[in-house]
Amino acid sequence: MEKAVKPSAKTQKNASERRWGMVIDLDRCTGCQACVVACHAENNVPVVGEREAASGRTMHWIRIERYWEGEYPNVKARFMPVLCQQCTQAPCEPVCPVFATYHTAEGLNAQIYNRCIGTRFCGSACPYKVRVFNWFRPEFPEPLGEQLNPDVSERSRGIIEKCSFCIQRLRRAELDASASGNPLADGAVQPACVQSCPSSALIFGDMNDPESHVSRLALSHRAFRLLDFLGTDPAVIYLKGGETNV
Amino acid sequence: MSDQPEPSGGKPTPPESLEPSEQVRGRLLLDQRTDREIDEAVLRPMFETGPRFWILVGILGAIVAWGIYAWIYQIYWGMGVAGINRPVYWGLYIATFVFWVGISHAGTMISAVLRLLKADWRRPITRGAEAMTSFALMMAGLYPLIHLGRVWKFYWMIPYPNNRFMWPNFQSPLMWDMVAIFTYLIGSTLYLYLALIPDMAMARDHTDGWRYKLYRGMALGWRGTQGEWHKLHRALSIFSVVIIPVFLSVHSIVSWDFAVTIQPRWHSTIFAPYFVIGAVYSGLAALAAILVIVRRTMRLQEFLRSEHFDALGKLVMVAGMGWIYFWFSGFIVEWYGNDPVIRELIHEEISGGLAPFFWLQMTANVLPVLFLAFRRIRTNPAFLLALALLINVGMYTERALIVFGNLERNYLPFNWGTYRPTWVEVSVIAMTFAGFILLYTLFSRIVPYVPVWEIKEGRLRYSLRRIGRLLVPTAAEIE
Repeated sequence: MEKAVKPSAKTQKNASERRWGMVIDLDRCTGCQACVVACHAENNVPVVGEREAASGRTMHWIRIERYWEGEYPNVKARFMPVLCQQCTQAPCEPVCPVFATYHTAEGLNAQIYNRCIGTRFCGSACPYKVRVFNWFRPEFPEPLGEQLNPDVSERSRGIIEKCSFCIQRLRRAELDASASGNPLADGAVQPACVQSCPSSALIFGDMNDPESHVSRLALSHRAFRLLDFLGTDPAVIYLKGGETNV
Repeated sequence: MSDQPEPSGGKPTPPESLEPSEQVRGRLLLDQRTDREIDEAVLRPMFETGPRFWILVGILGAIVAWGIYAWIYQIYWGMGVAGINRPVYWGLYIATFVFWVGISHAGTMISAVLRLLKADWRRPITRGAEAMTSFALMMAGLYPLIHLGRVWKFYWMIPYPNNRFMWPNFQSPLMWDMVAIFTYLIGSTLYLYLALIPDMAMARDHTDGWRYKLYRGMALGWRGTQGEWHKLHRALSIFSVVIIPVFLSVHSIVSWDFAVTIQPRWHSTIFAPYFVIGAVYSGLAALAAILVIVRRTMRLQEFLRSEHFDALGKLVMVAGMGWIYFWFSGFIVEWYGNDPVIRELIHEEISGGLAPFFWLQMTANVLPVLFLAFRRIRTNPAFLLALALLINVGMYTERALIVFGNLERNYLPFNWGTYRPTWVEVSVIAMTFAGFILLYTLFSRIVPYVPVWEIKEGRLRYSLRRIGRLLVPTAAEIE
């Protein structure tokens, strides 16, 4: 069981390297959308407005999917945060003609904005539909322009972007750790969505470290991965929601 | 054939000749005409351009100009002015791309495959088919640019030493696409041009003024010596063999743009042959439509005869049967497989929001096959034109359904979407249709539409011999 839900380590050069992963406990998710807001703020993701959102052009890197269960009046709402699953076998990677999407040594599925020419092939290939496109020049109406994160580049129109596991935070933490000589402690670095989750439904860490919080949670009998049958080998592990009523 | 004029100057058919030999004689253009008369019959419509021709050119030019404006508008504001969205990242642009690549397949089918098979009825229609291939590919080649988010960076897909120190990703089907389409465009244009050289020389010898200068340049000093003919025939044989794998690979690769993803209904092993047969089907139908129109507007009834339409109609019918077979093979497996997403997609297509398009596609693709079984219908230009256009409406709808219809549903129902094209997409697509007709129209007035030397060669190759009371065409020993 634990084998089935752990992202494989095949992209690593050696076992000491990290494999960043996330655990999402569906029992804890309240659907409050704090992660969505935090992600927008952290990663300079533009807000497209009502009209564009209505035609399916929202640009959330993480979204709360809401599903209804049962028939009225016995209806339950189910929430499922979905972000880029950082697949080990990512369907989006081989189809990009210009290597704008590629696999890092840490197993992250990276998007290089400057290389992207906007074929949107990766967006069609992604089964999770987590890749978003800049349909127009991104705009940040005042006062949003005042809070742009200087660590993250603004994207131009005509390119694809997506969740990076807040790679700017990971890089900074890794650099600080190597400068100070101390190993990077579990939980010392968190993407914005994990940091902002009030119910700690999102947990982030190193899957290759058997002692890390995410590794221990991944052993749960509730663990599953989204669309696992497709063989994409995601690094995001979900914990099945039980009888929680919302 | 009510509108089939008597071939002027044709030798009256001997009373004892039987019906079949008359057909063969017509198909192989074995009527008694001097070479001079043939030259003039082909060249005359090129010089006679009435006001209607210029009105047509003006209208087409205006549509092209409007389409270019729409494209610039899209480049300036961003892809958002088109109707595509998430999850329908690909829309009518890609569908039209597939359509044009499909149209381009008939040229090679007619000229290369039939040349190799020594099907001599192909002779008068080869040039029209080859020109269609080249121009359709030019229109198809625009779409990978039109649908790029950052079109000004398109050259990043071209492998060349650059300051990014990167090759393009040869794993990506888009790279295969680009390579295949460039190869096919260059190959088919060279093929068109090679077969054009003797006719350019013929036109050079019959013209003066700017046309003389143009034809002199394009004839490359052709004199018609034994050695030149020998080289030309060798080159054409090599080309017609080499271009067939290219022709098969191009639409296979286009299909792999879809089939290599894991999107339900795209991820299918039958896509490559299904696309190829569909391409041949729509391409041959488009050729039939074009021939009917050209024959009427350029008064080429003498060369494009009902016998040719008969043979072409049979080819269209066979391709149509092939399309139905491949469509059904793919469909029934998916239907019985009953995968949840595919079930939803099929439901949406057959009885949901896309149902009108689906039934239009099925009607327009299946019905013509039934009609084309009748010789009377195949040889009736008006009826053939209607069927050919209907087939292309059906094939266009099929491509559109494959591209955006299948993207509207996916594994996570939260991300289902719909697609509606905008005026920008419609304008740009109209631009390529008008551009194709414009190029083809201008081409037909500058270049002899009927390959004169091929017809003359065909006349040399066959003679009618009398065996008993029967007139039989026999091949001469010039091979």
